[in-house]
Amino acid sequence: MTVTVYVPRDTTALALGADRVAIRLQRGAKARDVEINLVRNGSRGLFYLEPLIEIDTPEGRVAFGPVTPGDVDALLEAGLLEGRQDHPLALGLTEEIAYLKRQQRLTFSRIGITDPVSIEDYTALRGFEGLKKTLALDSQAVVDEVKTSGLRGRGGAAFPTGIKWQTVHDQPPGQKYVVCNADEGDSGTFADRLVMECDPYMLIEGMTIAGLAVGADQGYIYLRSEYPLAHAILDEAIERAVAAGYLGDNILDSGRAFHLEVRLGAGAYICGEETSLLESLEGKRGLVRAKPPLPAIEGLFGRPTVVNNVLSLAAVPFILDQGGQTYADYGLGRSRGTLAIQLAGNVRCGGLVELAFGTNLRELMEGFGGGTLSGRPLKAVQVGGPLGAYLPESQWDHPVDYEGFAAFGGVVGHGGVVMFDDTVDMGDQARFAMEFCSVESCGKCTPCRIGAVRGVEVIDRIRAGESFDKNLALLTDLCDTMVDGSLCAMGGMTPFPVQSVMQHFPDDLTPRQAVTAGGTTC
Amino acid sequence: MSQTPSPVADAWTPAQIQAVIDAHRERPGAMLPTLHALQDRFGFIPEAAVPMIADALRHTRAEVHGIISFYHHFRTHPAGRNVVQICRAEACQSVGSRQLEAHAKKALGIDYHQTTPDHELTLEPVYCLGNCACGPSIRVNDDVYGRMTPERFDQLTDELSATVVEVK
Ligand SMILES: Cc1cc2nc3c(=O)[nH]c(=O)nc-3n(C[C@H](O)[C@H](O)[C@H](O)COP(=O)(O)O)c2cc1C
Ligand code: SF4
Ligand code: FES
Repeated sequence: MTVTVYVPRDTTALALGADRVAIRLQRGAKARDVEINLVRNGSRGLFYLEPLIEIDTPEGRVAFGPVTPGDVDALLEAGLLEGRQDHPLALGLTEEIAYLKRQQRLTFSRIGITDPVSIEDYTALRGFEGLKKTLALDSQAVVDEVKTSGLRGRGGAAFPTGIKWQTVHDQPPGQKYVVCNADEGDSGTFADRLVMECDPYMLIEGMTIAGLAVGADQGYIYLRSEYPLAHAILDEAIERAVAAGYLGDNILDSGRAFHLEVRLGAGAYICGEETSLLESLEGKRGLVRAKPPLPAIEGLFGRPTVVNNVLSLAAVPFILDQGGQTYADYGLGRSRGTLAIQLAGNVRCGGLVELAFGTNLRELMEGFGGGTLSGRPLKAVQVGGPLGAYLPESQWDHPVDYEGFAAFGGVVGHGGVVMFDDTVDMGDQARFAMEFCSVESCGKCTPCRIGAVRGVEVIDRIRAGESFDKNLALLTDLCDTMVDGSLCAMGGMTPFPVQSVMQHFPDDLTPRQAVTAGGTTC
Repeated sequence: MSQTPSPVADAWTPAQIQAVIDAHRERPGAMLPTLHALQDRFGFIPEAAVPMIADALRHTRAEVHGIISFYHHFRTHPAGRNVVQICRAEACQSVGSRQLEAHAKKALGIDYHQTTPDHELTLEPVYCLGNCACGPSIRVNDDVYGRMTPERFDQLTDELSATVVEVK
């Protein structure tokens, strides 16, 4: 009898040795004369258990993890291939792992279950059902379904997706585009990557639906160059989707067309900002454009363009398949549906947690994350990427939703949650925020270009104890100038993490000599 | 994913450059695909390519220079046989990337954007590799490594240099 064994192939599993685990398994099975069917699935997003290998059993898939190459022989000895659960790394039925079971996976319902590039696997789990329904609807009805879902952009700005689509839909017929923002530059985020590496057809389907809804026949995925594996998997999936008739001039014999191409970025954080991204796609420097005109009216090559984040587009197949109302039934207030939270940084159980809006940070960091990796007390958490504030403990009980977070100056953004233990020096973090902006600013406006460089200098002076009060006042002014005078959120929000350090962790900004003399652990 | 080191430097002719440019020039927004293709093929973008790109894509040379220098990914000089990127972003900072980066610079005797004298290794910063739950993260050519420690870093760079000896 052939045993089916799953060894994930996403970037994180590979970064922790999954390929070597797979080789050891094949060798070990051969030595035991057992035939195995090795499937390279995606990751379930339970990164603290990667490499997480699974075996098909009559009861369901059972999991083992985290498995290092050195564990494989002992696992085989302990009856891995018979699905025996005697080894200390045995985790029981995968679906019963609490971290996974407690989630509400609407978008990420397939990741880790399927072989990412297998169309059969995808369609076996409702893949392309949303596309089929779309083909039977008129374009306004598709836009309406997305409006009903209440979906808001997951890339950061949380703009209602249906309204954006309506604008593009309403432009006169002619060349229009759908552009997927796959620049995923925020530290602490990997949900876009998981979609592309583990369930690429979902993104292809979502973009195709968008194209049909707004009347665009060409799509581009603008992918950051830091994701070579996602690039390879997307290219392969697109090729297979074309061959199977899901993309191309005649989608599923409907007579309607949609073409899709991956374009690589080149290591510029600012190119995640949508107008900078469009400039880059056009082949220019990624200088931010002034808005208006909106990209929905004058976007790529001056044509009406939908620009959406990977997760926004990935939510669309579910919405069309199950109905916008089903999606809208999840969530809190004006934040409908689910949020892909990414637990990262100093966390014991890091990974992807998809839940309806409305959970809180403490539950996420402690209930799911299990506290810090180091075992030391948590000190601060940065939510929403490098432009998000550092939140002290007093802010960990707010429900996670767009309005609730905005009320206290927090940013949900793309859902990254980066945890820090008590050894962190928040002065370093404030300095880094300014440094990052100085490296990544597009340079178009002065408050950002010059302000960030000044910001680093002023923080250095503050920490050296040079005219402390005067320089602290200067930093306050500088932050205000950047917030008020920057063209885009890069310069406009870089002060958020800095101001949060000034407000909540002022001790870490006091002169370093004094701190060291006081004997803190940093 | 393989651990293919960058192509050998300086291996280009004007005809080869032209062939790469011609393969992409008709695409909409051809500039970035062309620059990527050149760098993938030759390991960097040779100065000689600039006027040729300018000509093919109807830009001035200054514009082409401006575009190349805007993007951190593009290089105008050959890199070492292996490009090692260390993630400097926040999630990796929270688990010790600052110490890792200090160690790497010291162990290799170079700073960011520099190449070891034996041309084995170029060190670059990177801001997030999408492996933020299992940092510190580094990328060696096209492979990402997680939970990196100074000890494992030394081991890895030793192995990279050892493969050269085998090849020769
Ligand atoms: C500095 C900066 C960086 C950004 N980076 C990204 C990014 O990496 N990915 C993304 O989807 N949106 C990013 N955005 C937001 C985009 O500008 C835009 O709002 C988004 O792509 C729209 O798609 P959505 O409505 O689906 O979220 C960034 C914005 C700024 C100001
Ligand atoms: S705020 Fe910064 S990144 Fe944004 S347009 Fe101005 S200079 Fe460019
Ligand atoms: S912050 Fe280092 S991999 Fe994301």
